[in-house]
Amino acid sequence: MLVSVYRYNPETDDAPYMQDIHIEIPGGKDIMVLDLLQLLKEKDPSMTFRRSCREGVCGSDGMNMNGKNGLACITALSQVVEKDKLVLRPLPGLPVIRDLVVDMTQFYRQYEKVKPFLINDTPAPAIERLQTPEDRAELDGLYECILCACCSTACPSFWWNPDKFIGPSGLLQAYRFLADTRDTARDQRLSELDDPFSVFRCHGIMNCVNVCPKGLNPTKAIGKIRNMLLQRAT
Amino acid sequence: MVTSITSFGRSGLYDWMMQRVTAAVLMAYTIFMIGYLLFSSDLSYASWSSLFQNTAMRIFTLLAILSMVAHAWIGLWSVSTDYIKKTSIRFAVQSVCGLLAFIYVVWGIQILWGV
Repeated sequence: MLVSVYRYNPETDDAPYMQDIHIEIPGGKDIMVLDLLQLLKEKDPSMTFRRSCREGVCGSDGMNMNGKNGLACITALSQVVEKDKLVLRPLPGLPVIRDLVVDMTQFYRQYEKVKPFLINDTPAPAIERLQTPEDRAELDGLYECILCACCSTACPSFWWNPDKFIGPSGLLQAYRFLADTRDTARDQRLSELDDPFSVFRCHGIMNCVNVCPKGLNPTKAIGKIRNMLLQRAT
Repeated sequence: MVTSITSFGRSGLYDWMMQRVTAAVLMAYTIFMIGYLLFSSDLSYASWSSLFQNTAMRIFTLLAILSMVAHAWIGLWSVSTDYIKKTSIRFAVQSVCGLLAFIYVVWGIQILWGV
């Protein structure tokens, strides 16, 4: 099959380019894209990408495969290859450090903005702060996010305003703490979000939902934040 | 929190709400107009002119003009902050949009009460 990979080494290349590589998959097996990258790296050790757990948990190997963001380690070739061709690019919209490795600073900066930790100013109890199973269930579909950045880098609003729009990933996390009954900073959190960019740059095109490798729904969480803001203000 | 001095209502929630309320007004006005044009038995200068001499119609039309201006400002402000990165050019484009909006309001009132 033919693999076209985005290559860029700022130390030696003037500009990024696409490198076409023909490769035979051993045994014709349906391997994961990450395994394919590993094969490419054996041929050319300069091929650079991030990887760690190889099972869709660490979120390191987010990349754009035939036009769609996803995790290389849990995406089988049969899911993405079209006409025996695979185009691999880094996550769109973020600065490229080298080949498929992007600089995630802007992404993390937005994550940091939503204060992704529990704030509770009441005295700490002797044991844990307890929740009812129903209250705990509110966090399902939110806490599973692995911060791979597939969603935010698939979002045009994040492409145009990565410094101002928090992005689907950050907003999913924002709602994860807004929905937590143990958190006492709901009002401050909401005040921080009520500007024309942080939340309201989301126009609900649902690219984030389409690409999330964990099957989460940031658009729904953003809608809930909007409802919270609305309820607070009316 | 991201501060912005050029957005319609300073608050994201307020802009979002205005965009929806004005959209509802514009839809009501559009449906009324299409209905009038399709089902009016006598579509002449006289009937058209008497329609707009009606105070309720003038209120409805002025409401639609103001809604259009607010709706357009919020929309175009969003588009310009997305696509025009250079502050000076963006501010210039937004100024032209604002000026045009103001002209449309004054012009609209003049037409409406000049019938």
